[in-house]
Amino acid sequence: MKNAVLSVGFIPLLDAAPLIVAQEMGFAAEEGITLDLVRAPSWSSLRDMLSYGRVEAAHMLSPVPVAAALGLGGTQAPLAAVSVLSVNGTVIGVSNALAERLRDGGHNFAFDDARGAGNALIRAAVPTLRIGVPFPFSMHAELLYYWLSALGLPAPQNVDIRTVPPSLMAQAIDAGEIDAFCVGEPWGSIAVENGVGSLLLPGAAIWACAPEKVLAVRSDWADTEPALLGRLIRAVWRAGRWLGDPASHTLAAELLARPLYLDLPAEILDRSLTGGLVISPRGEQRQTPGFIEFHSGAASFPWRSQAQWIGLQLASRTGLDRVASVKTAEGVFRSNLHRNALRQTSAELPAASSKIEGALGARTTLHAESGRITLNRDVFFDGRIFDPAQIER
Amino acid sequence: MADRLSVIVVENDRDRALLIVDSLREAGDFDIHVIGEATGLGRRVKALSPDIVLIDISNPSRDMLEELALASGPMERPVAMFVDRSDDGMTKAAIEAGVSAYVVDGLNPKRLKPVLDAAIARFHLFQRMRTELIETKRALEERKVIDRAKGMLMRARGIDEEQAYALLRKAAMDQGKRVADVAQALVTAAGLLG
Repeated sequence: MKNAVLSVGFIPLLDAAPLIVAQEMGFAAEEGITLDLVRAPSWSSLRDMLSYGRVEAAHMLSPVPVAAALGLGGTQAPLAAVSVLSVNGTVIGVSNALAERLRDGGHNFAFDDARGAGNALIRAAVPTLRIGVPFPFSMHAELLYYWLSALGLPAPQNVDIRTVPPSLMAQAIDAGEIDAFCVGEPWGSIAVENGVGSLLLPGAAIWACAPEKVLAVRSDWADTEPALLGRLIRAVWRAGRWLGDPASHTLAAELLARPLYLDLPAEILDRSLTGGLVISPRGEQRQTPGFIEFHSGAASFPWRSQAQWIGLQLASRTGLDRVASVKTAEGVFRSNLHRNALRQTSAELPAASSKIEGALGARTTLHAESGRITLNRDVFFDGRIFDPAQIER
Repeated sequence: MADRLSVIVVENDRDRALLIVDSLREAGDFDIHVIGEATGLGRRVKALSPDIVLIDISNPSRDMLEELALASGPMERPVAMFVDRSDDGMTKAAIEAGVSAYVVDGLNPKRLKPVLDAAIARFHLFQRMRTELIETKRALEERKVIDRAKGMLMRARGIDEEQAYALLRKAAMDQGKRVADVAQALVTAAGLLG
């Protein structure tokens, strides 16, 4: 029997790995599908390719489907997030000039203290801070707004967060158009490699368990093609499990490095896969366990509470009704579709589809649908928690 | 003039930009600006406050324009992505042609149509030209390699050009490969052997 072919769009980033691996390592073939991987030039065009049916599924910034449901960013078809492709995996970096000022001010680039690094950044950045993010609706932007406003630097008065495509980030910081950036790997490491910036923090230091990219499909497609969707979710989940095994890192880096996919040196990709980042042009290294998660702690599970958190952040900064937005956002992360697809695998599935975000200070074992499940630490740097049941207007 | 549509074309290839501008001029009376470089794209578009922005879909800087959709800052008129929602067909045609248009929300689709029609036709033409160019280049490259391989065979085996080509073609057929690929393998192997 001939495999069903699904076109799947991606942006050349490390966290497109589960899609590339699903195809290259045969996890898609095991499910009787072939992924026709289409490299997209920008997030907006990938979103449009998905909306208008050029691709069936796409690698997508987790806030994009939520923003679409809230009517932000133009007209599109309703999108559904059916899996989380990756948790964390972003870095915040600064220009050489700003790094110099931070060092002069006594900052040690420890790469793990969001409060210390944030306060140092606010002191060093006068009068305003210009930060590049890949897209207006991105976890990068949400983490920056959350982090800086919690430390008392209100946006947009003192922070100018602007869009710069990932592949142009190093160039933009070199040209002095931005002072800092938050970007997905390997583009932070590329800035270091080109000698134009230093890395200040991993995104995980702000929120220890931030859903970074999702597997997105059109909502109507999810409803009319449940069997194909199930195969896709399972293939990608198995790819994530393979990627979560440290023994796979070298091969994964080689696969991703191919001209068809990221077309970048495997050695640089390997750094972020293993969490051993070079953070400055002088070659200082920092080890970040869990820098990017594809599997552990039920990483692929699309929690409704994650969508609600994103919905609340987007509503707060665009002036939408907070309660209504959180309610709309909830339905975008389709926990049930993910659950149904994985029930026939060995995946551990949580008993609930929503949780209090930021409450787990360490890896914690809980009741699962059957047996037990271990979730990763998910705290916010400022210790706040997000309880979806307690949203205030 | 208030009811002249202002159109921005984002395109860094000067010749291509000029051609698009020409085709827009033929389509109607528009106030046209061309932005050539990605630097500060969002800011510059904002400053010009256009009715329509046309940008190649393969341009990664397109994401910078998404900010405008948030309708913040000095540009008070919200910018909607793509074509008016009433016309899905036009949007699809634009996507297939590889052009994205950013349009001020509420712009009458009748006024937009000539602009997009002209742009879409132009983009299609470019796509065909690009494909032709790539194909021609490849054909030329392959002919060069085949000629080199033929020369090697002629010298090594003392045969004429026709026999050399027949030999290559037979090897290709036997191995189920293209003549150009067999020729390339021969040239590479000869290079390795010195």
